[in-house]
Amino acid sequence: MRAYIPAYELKSPGALIDVLSLLALEPGAWKPFAGGTDLMVLFESGKLDHKKFVSIWNLPELRGISVTPEHVTLGALTTYTEVQSHDVLQQEFPMLCQAASETGGLAIQNRGTLGGNIANASPAGDSPPALLVYDAQIDLISAGGSRVVRYDGFHTGYKKMVMHPDELIKSIRLPRVTQPWKQYYRKVGTRKAQAISKICFAGLARMDGDVIQDIRIALGSVAPTVVRCSATEIALKGLKPDASAISKARAALAREISPIDDIRSTANYRLRVALNVMEDFLTSL
Amino acid sequence: MIVADTSGKVEINLIVNHEPRTVSVYPMARLLDLIREELRLTGTKEGCGEGECGACSVLLDGVLVNSCLVPAIQAEGTSIKTIEGIATGEQLHAVQQAFITCGGAQCGICTPGMVIAAVNLLERIPEPSQAEIRTGLAGNLCRCTGYMKIFESVVRACQDNKQNMPAPVGG
Repeated sequence: MRAYIPAYELKSPGALIDVLSLLALEPGAWKPFAGGTDLMVLFESGKLDHKKFVSIWNLPELRGISVTPEHVTLGALTTYTEVQSHDVLQQEFPMLCQAASETGGLAIQNRGTLGGNIANASPAGDSPPALLVYDAQIDLISAGGSRVVRYDGFHTGYKKMVMHPDELIKSIRLPRVTQPWKQYYRKVGTRKAQAISKICFAGLARMDGDVIQDIRIALGSVAPTVVRCSATEIALKGLKPDASAISKARAALAREISPIDDIRSTANYRLRVALNVMEDFLTSL
Repeated sequence: MIVADTSGKVEINLIVNHEPRTVSVYPMARLLDLIREELRLTGTKEGCGEGECGACSVLLDGVLVNSCLVPAIQAEGTSIKTIEGIATGEQLHAVQQAFITCGGAQCGICTPGMVIAAVNLLERIPEPSQAEIRTGLAGNLCRCTGYMKIFESVVRACQDNKQNMPAPVGG
């Protein structure tokens, strides 16, 4: 059933300070509304339970990509289209660019934002696995001040986050990828465009000769949140990516993820494909 | 700051196909409904209503969007181009003419969105490759044509654009 439009409020105060004051006034009463690519879908199908929103789309403080020798900082409202066209992101963060290019079609990429993808807290988001292996940090802002949190651990359960109701994501900070890491991103969906993932994999590895010196692995759509697979990473460090290491890693990863049956796929399929995709990554090293 | 009246509606000022317009709508009303119901521009179609099919595509400040996913309040102060603004008077846009010539339009429901996406593609990339055409139109679904005639239409529109360009001066 369609939503009853007059029941919904959407304010657009126009200044960051006013948005933060509104969020602080009654924490939880008002929720931020960015590009609308997820909220409008829920709204139209009558499934958007929350009724009071504040538009943050026009806040310049939440836009733009800046580069320093240490970090690339992306405003929370950076769209998938902006991600794909940025030179430094293309060179150092190709998995984020690939994730952005495989999210929806162009019209979605023009409106969907990185901050929205994080705050929407779906375990099936395309950019979160990449952000996890890039060791992203999140800049949070509220009327009371600001703080920085690690993205690993940001999602504490299905649709749960460490972010408080009066906080906004201001930006996402990525440490520059200056050393030669091997990067591997793979989204598995029903079709190439416009599909939500069945599983999504991001892997980074640094080799010392033929030995894995350091490795980072994250997956989406295989647990209540996107997950960084630390036990699998530990199991692989210092090993050559041969058959015995791959079999060890498959066993570790199978213990670390908990896929389920849902409308998009089955637990069995997800487990098997997650293990196979990881094997493909390890074989490519 | 836009303030709602006692009914909860807000006044939205925007430019639609080069004409300034003012409408009074609920802030969460979809841009799609603003266009179709308030402005009575019914060329823009509703397909899925969830950002999957692209039938409701319009250009918002020159950027391709799904109008079913844009709340009206976020269209305040913007310039919208709908399918009604693509032709110049009686003169069809090269993309529209190519869709007719190549059979790119069949039942017609996806066509306005498909034409908008194709026009936007050629504005960004005047001579797109096959891959760029497919990516540019990936968010627009068609149940009739099998897409090949649509891709041909885009290629045809590029060729027509090139032929109609004034010859380079000097040499």
